[in-house]
Amino acid sequence: MNWRLLGERAIETLIRVCGVSAIVFVFGIFVFVLKEGWEFLTHRLDLVQFFTSIEWRPTSPNDPTYGALALLAGTAAVTAVAMAIAVPFGLGTAVFVSEFCRPRTKEALKIVIELLAAIPSVVWGFIGITLMNVTVIAVTGAPVGVNVLNSGVILALMSMPIIVSIGEDALKAVPDHFREAAESLGATRWQVVYKVLFPAAKNGLLAAVLLGVGRAVGETMAVLMATGHSIRMVFDSEPPVLHVLSPARTLTATIAAELGEAPKGSDHYQALFVIGLLLFAITFAINLAADLIVRGIRKE
Amino acid sequence: MTTEPNGPTDQYSIETKDLCLWYGDFQALIQVRVRIRQGIITSLIGPSGCGKTTLLRCFNRVNERYGNVTTTGDVRVLGKNIYDEDVSLPELRKAVGMVFQRPNPLPISIYENVAFQLKVHAEPGSLSKRERDQAVESALKEVLLWDAVKDSLHKKATGLQLEEQQKLCIARLLPLKPQVILMDEPCSALDARGTEAIEDLMSVLRERYTIVIVTHNMAQARRASDECIYMLLGRIVEHGPTLDVFLRPNHKDTENYVEGRYG
Repeated sequence: MNWRLLGERAIETLIRVCGVSAIVFVFGIFVFVLKEGWEFLTHRLDLVQFFTSIEWRPTSPNDPTYGALALLAGTAAVTAVAMAIAVPFGLGTAVFVSEFCRPRTKEALKIVIELLAAIPSVVWGFIGITLMNVTVIAVTGAPVGVNVLNSGVILALMSMPIIVSIGEDALKAVPDHFREAAESLGATRWQVVYKVLFPAAKNGLLAAVLLGVGRAVGETMAVLMATGHSIRMVFDSEPPVLHVLSPARTLTATIAAELGEAPKGSDHYQALFVIGLLLFAITFAINLAADLIVRGIRKE
Repeated sequence: MTTEPNGPTDQYSIETKDLCLWYGDFQALIQVRVRIRQGIITSLIGPSGCGKTTLLRCFNRVNERYGNVTTTGDVRVLGKNIYDEDVSLPELRKAVGMVFQRPNPLPISIYENVAFQLKVHAEPGSLSKRERDQAVESALKEVLLWDAVKDSLHKKATGLQLEEQQKLCIARLLPLKPQVILMDEPCSALDARGTEAIEDLMSVLRERYTIVIVTHNMAQARRASDECIYMLLGRIVEHGPTLDVFLRPNHKDTENYVEGRYG
């Protein structure tokens, strides 16, 4: 009797620990990243330089500079290109899967899309360096095939699955009587989609896009391989253009490439952790926004 | 030669011949032959599962949303078989509107709900905003909803009370002047007051539109319809003036049902 009660208690505690551990881990990682970069962040880092300079020369013996603007721009550019491709294609696929295709096609498509999500990111990088590289050169005539466009396409494919599956969920959640009502008013299937389902599911679709953005911002290995990894400002302000055929470097790739070489505790090492913090803040903001938006749907 | 405005075939809004319908292997309608007169209210009654809603949903082909439906036979709406190959569903549904059991306004504004058909069917730009505003206003006035919503036209329609939602669902059929309005138990989600309001509205719309209403509520069929069709197990048992069906039924089954002995 007592043993059973005890066992019950133990299992309950174990489950509770599992539940709380997620919070502990996220918080722990944040504290760790903050701690590693703290001293440099508070004492020696020039935040104005960090956000406005494109000079990222942490290993310069005489005058190391820590300007992350080009890296930030690289991340933004690659993400923007990826979303320009993935949002229309992803939402289009979501609409097709949820509204237009037959049940059998739907099953097949969902499996394929899940497979797309299961491809390791290094394999994507590999495709970027080889297949996409050649294709980009052949199609655009650019001297170098590993650039913003290349990694944008790769990232688009990588963030499609999440956009499709969250977008499909959002469309599926629209009650069927709305479709029936619109159809009985004489709307064609496409009119039902854009006049009824899009307004009804707009929060869920927006959340899908934001999670796709989060995926693209955080991706490392594939962009490390497919961007060309050279620090360059890919945006021009006068006139405003994005050089999609220019190689670039992202925040994530910088950390991955340099952390191994930076002596532990050095300014360079700590600067990389500050970049980590920045990434943390960006993805946290995006995920929070997506979460609040999804919550907004439930309230309705 | 002059054509009679109300020639013998024009008097009927809907005529079916040998209409059969299957859901997969299950036959829900068997050799249905019925003629529904223009400009009156016809009620469809019968126990659950008798096929009355299925029959109603044949008249604008909304049944076909479910993939496993097979339909044979003719359904003529104003002389044209709506199951012919060349029939356009949007055109059909413009002529034959439907009101559902649960009020189902679209999750857009009240104004957009009423203007929905105008936007779906009209050529872009063919209707000025002023004309559209007027059409919306007169439709809402026709269903006696204008005074209640005129200051909140751009609020979400799903926030209205159920009775108002159902009135709105009727109003949104009106701007394109349908010939027939189908109603599938339009009051079953409403309280007594709401039911009365919808019935009053039906009597206002009567004559301008042909109304076919499915109802479980026999008292409603009796007080609100001109003709009544009694169905059982996928067949039409009896069709006649409502009072005849209720007071002098020709079939024992009808009599048992209208007297409340089963169903």
